[in-house]
Amino acid sequence: MEKKLLSGNEAIARGAWEAGVVLAAAYPGTPSTEILENIAKYKDIYSEWSTNEKVAFEVALGAAFSGKRSICAMKHVGLNVAADPYFTASYTGIEGGFVIVSADDPGMHSSQNEQDNRNYAKFAKIPMLEPSDSQEAKDFVKAALEISEKYDTPVLLRITTRIAHSKSIVELLPRTEAPQKPFPEKNPKKYVTIPAHARVKRAKIEERSAALAELSEEIPLNKEESGGTELGFITSGISYQYIKESFPEAAVLKLAMTHPLPFKKAGAFVKKMKRTVVVEELDAYIETELKARGITVEGKNVIPVLGELNTDIVRNAIKDIRPEKPAANIPVRPPALCPGCPHRGVFVVLRELGLRVVGDIGCYTLGVLPPLSSIDWQVCMGAGISMVQGIEKAWKDAPAEKIVGMVGDSTFFHSGITGLIDVVYNKGKGTLFVVDNSTTAMTGVQDHPGTGRTLMGEPAEKIDIKEICRACGVKEVYEVNPHDLDELYDIVEKAVASPVPSVIITKLPCVLLRFKAKERFVPIVIDQEKCIGCKTCLSVGCPALSFDTEKKKMIAIPFMCVGCEVCSALCPVEAHMHNGERIRPKRKHKIRGKK
Amino acid sequence: MNKIDILIVGVGGQGVILASEILSDVGLKAGYDVKKSEIHGMSQRGGSVSSDIRFNKNKVFSPIIPAATADFILGFEKLETFRALPSINEKGIIISSDFRLDPMTVSTGAAQYPAAIEETIKKTHGKTYFFNEEGIVKKIGNPKAINIYILGALASFLEIEKDLWTDVIKSRVPPATVALNIAAFNEGMDIAR
Repeated sequence: MEKKLLSGNEAIARGAWEAGVVLAAAYPGTPSTEILENIAKYKDIYSEWSTNEKVAFEVALGAAFSGKRSICAMKHVGLNVAADPYFTASYTGIEGGFVIVSADDPGMHSSQNEQDNRNYAKFAKIPMLEPSDSQEAKDFVKAALEISEKYDTPVLLRITTRIAHSKSIVELLPRTEAPQKPFPEKNPKKYVTIPAHARVKRAKIEERSAALAELSEEIPLNKEESGGTELGFITSGISYQYIKESFPEAAVLKLAMTHPLPFKKAGAFVKKMKRTVVVEELDAYIETELKARGITVEGKNVIPVLGELNTDIVRNAIKDIRPEKPAANIPVRPPALCPGCPHRGVFVVLRELGLRVVGDIGCYTLGVLPPLSSIDWQVCMGAGISMVQGIEKAWKDAPAEKIVGMVGDSTFFHSGITGLIDVVYNKGKGTLFVVDNSTTAMTGVQDHPGTGRTLMGEPAEKIDIKEICRACGVKEVYEVNPHDLDELYDIVEKAVASPVPSVIITKLPCVLLRFKAKERFVPIVIDQEKCIGCKTCLSVGCPALSFDTEKKKMIAIPFMCVGCEVCSALCPVEAHMHNGERIRPKRKHKIRGKK
Repeated sequence: MNKIDILIVGVGGQGVILASEILSDVGLKAGYDVKKSEIHGMSQRGGSVSSDIRFNKNKVFSPIIPAATADFILGFEKLETFRALPSINEKGIIISSDFRLDPMTVSTGAAQYPAAIEETIKKTHGKTYFFNEEGIVKKIGNPKAINIYILGALASFLEIEKDLWTDVIKSRVPPATVALNIAAFNEGMDIAR
């Protein structure tokens, strides 16, 4: 049998293919993105980047209603967006197997919150599986599809960053097509959730939950690994690995199906042990459920509730060891907008004009970090438009400071359009940026409705953001190259002074796309004779610039600089050279930068 | 060795991930159980990047190397090597570039780049090999092959057949760069001499 090293995400893609899934949909979101990127390599599966997670969910649910096996994937906060259909799909059930992958991000490596989506399983009364490595990630897709079909329910496959992005060895199997079913007969009592139907279904959910609770007691995936009786662990997901490494001899009740939980099995396990600790990342999900049924366990009294666990944290928590924190004073290396990033020009101008900015989710959120320090508020996808409306209306259309909103191009399609319509309809005056870099950059340059290409690599209708804005009733729509600081400055000044809503589309491709296209870049050179070491250019926050502390001069690092000249536009002494010529900034507006 | 834990550290865009991909494939082909873990940061470029690779003749559980147990640190930038120091075990081997890349916090003056990193590390860790990045790039002819050079240096301390390494490298690097990368690998194998 062929064995391969696969990440959890690659394994889920492989599992979907092996199990005969015919449709997959997602919106990109770390740490879930690679699931669909890898599914797209299997031509037996129709796959798409949907406009947002709710749409992805509904596309996959449509397939499941029609009798076909389907899967949708999203990051944890994506399930918030898809929560509306998610809760009601629990009522309808399905015809073909339906799996929802939720990729949670304990430790918030690249997320705005740390929500524990295991709660969603209980909340919607939907069964849940949690793999603890890549082999299980693959196997559990198949198991989830089988549970889905047998118990007429969607199934939640919950993973975390360490499962999604860790590689381990997986045995590969061939694809097995799911049994062919005819197109379903009409069945409105099941699939049309008017109250009269939904009430009937509501009662059926309780019957299903009872049956699933039995399954959880019997399913071999919930297994006891025997050890001594002094100390036992109950765990699931990646935490299992940390226990096996720190306490290899201990008894473990390893749970794979964590909703519903196997209470009888857990109770019997706990009875055998002198001490039982539930080891789980984030919320006391398993612990609370067990305690509610009178099963005495420890858990969050010793295991941290914040962030990721690891072998050291688990061992120290159980043994009550408090390690000293090393006091090393090592400078951090925070992420930054790439050299050549189109967004950099936008933030330089916004900072210069002293505007307050409602940001959104994407690379441009990095505009909050010094020295750009431009973003004031940021919550979720789409809020970069709608929150501007709230601020301005609360201040009777005249806040003490000028406010602008900002979303990316992919975000605009995801959930910006509804907010924009709200602004126009409710007589807002907001100035809204769509920072359009022709890709979904943050998650690793995925296509979207504006790029003219689908996930499966086919050419597609290129949906024009400018035309959408006009169709939504925005009268002032501007398109500008964000690296032309003077023109951008003019437009922003005009737009914020205008009494009607305006949209400024800053249009320039993401530099990562240019790397992908193997473009050759000519870096700028800073004339060491002329440079006065004032660091004004450094205020654009570019990682390709460095200050030589001995010579007190700026240098552009040749292998990093792409020659975008945004920093050069700020040089007060024209010390920057490009292609052998001196760069002479127009500096009509005296954009001075910040030190 | 029954167990080999290797931590690779550097800055986004330096080739840390490709090195970790090649290394974990080599482990798999050499008959080890293998796990590998890395965090894809907020940004594609410019932030700290690290990858944990674990080989074990029996079974690897956690994909993350516990504190003070790494057998090797491979550093692509010396501040990142310094940052990774709490991961290495007492007998561990550190192989690092002497390359310095200031983080934004240092460039702006908000923080200081630690002085004398090489000397500080060598004081506490005898088995430390800093190589001169500029000199090696001149020798191997291309800065992009530094990651393969570092793998060569690692290979010189491991009992894994050389052919296994070169086969995986050949399958992973762009076809036009195979000769260059194999030469870089061979150069790396000489590091301890």
